[in-house]
Amino acid sequence: MKVTVYEDKCCGAGSCVMAAPDVFDQRDEDGIVVLLEESPGEDQFDAVREAASICPALAIELSEAK
Amino acid sequence: MVQDSTDVLKYPIPNEGTLEPPAEWAELRGKCPVAHVTFPSGDPARLLTRYDDVKTLLADPRFGRGTGQDAASVTEGDHDPLNNSEMAMAIPQDGEGHLAWRRHLNKWFTAKQMARLRPRITEVAERLVDEMTAKGAPADIKGGLGFPLPVWVICEILGVPEEDRDKFSYWSDTLLNMSRYDGEEIRAAQTEFYTYLAGHVAAKRENPGEDLLSELANDPESTMSDATLIATGQGLLVAGHETTANMIGKMIAMLLADRSKWEALLADPKLIRSAVEEALRLDVNAGFGMIRYIDQEIAIAGETIAPGTTVVCSMAAANRDEAAFERADEMDLARTPNPHLAFGAGLHSCLGQALARTELQVTLEVLLRRLPTLELAVPEGDLEKVEGLLVGGLVAVPVRW
Repeated sequence: MKVTVYEDKCCGAGSCVMAAPDVFDQRDEDGIVVLLEESPGEDQFDAVREAASICPALAIELSEAK
Repeated sequence: MVQDSTDVLKYPIPNEGTLEPPAEWAELRGKCPVAHVTFPSGDPARLLTRYDDVKTLLADPRFGRGTGQDAASVTEGDHDPLNNSEMAMAIPQDGEGHLAWRRHLNKWFTAKQMARLRPRITEVAERLVDEMTAKGAPADIKGGLGFPLPVWVICEILGVPEEDRDKFSYWSDTLLNMSRYDGEEIRAAQTEFYTYLAGHVAAKRENPGEDLLSELANDPESTMSDATLIATGQGLLVAGHETTANMIGKMIAMLLADRSKWEALLADPKLIRSAVEEALRLDVNAGFGMIRYIDQEIAIAGETIAPGTTVVCSMAAANRDEAAFERADEMDLARTPNPHLAFGAGLHSCLGQALARTELQVTLEVLLRRLPTLELAVPEGDLEKVEGLLVGGLVAVPVRW
């Protein structure tokens, strides 16, 4: 799985950090998403999929190997 | 068929049910996804009820709320605190200005900030439960906990001293409640609130504390005027108080109306996070919805929308779309993921959503722990809805334990 985040779309809601704190963080100064792990381990897949699905700004994209 | 091309629905759509949606939502989603509606002002608009349409339009950065001349008004030329007003004019509503303003505020609403605030929110919730139980059952959970908790939290973020927090509570109630207070009371509250905040901002420029307004007022990078700072304080209270207070009441009512839900949470408190999201998704009294002003032609659900059209997005109707949620009308406390639209979507989605989530989670945690025997003190059918237009809720949620 490869994770891409779009800072320009991000609205700083922090939903991704709450869903997958090992993969996403927020900048302290403006709350914008910080990607901690571009290729997360399998144990993170469910949390990352949840984070991408609930992002209110549609700012997280996943590409998963078929 | 719900609507042929000449039919026009009144919006908001009246709802007989307290916790159930009006039948029109499902019909519109099925057959008439871009419905013609009339606002209370008499102005025409189009209504979106499907999940994909609502999410796509709200997340489309080309369209804003439309404060322009030919955008539809919600009510006839009167008090509409979330739209017209000096407050809306002092805060940039769209584009780069809005983005910059929002990013300055975001740092107060990050997941990390919430983790820091959480113990203090818990403390206040505990204290409010103590006060409520000291008076004995039955009690109104909205008045006793739902209403005072979020105003306390916003005051904490704004650096308002404890002794002034009751005043904030009154101002907030007055500014948003269009039916309970008359025009003179509303104007008086607006003036008092504005004067208080002007003094507060001046004091924070002079003697900064560790709060949002102090930081914004003294940030060398930021050039926010007094008017913008005051409007920011007003906006945070108006946006964050009554909405959260009502949601606390509605969430508790939903979980107690079918008490097996409450029992499931008692048995497994790990469900609290997903239960809060599910309550947000199922809320049928969520308020008006979000307005978008269409200033360039777009296609929605196969229909062309002409420039000059006002569109209202019903997030509550979208949240029950079977195309997006399996068993959409069922409350599934473990539903994951739950990409509901209760906080909107896109660059204008709720700034305080992490805070609202934290307050709702803390409320539930504290009540489950302190009052496990909690139950509704009236039949569900006797719960009365607030008649306000902008923020929906229940007048009171009587409980015993």
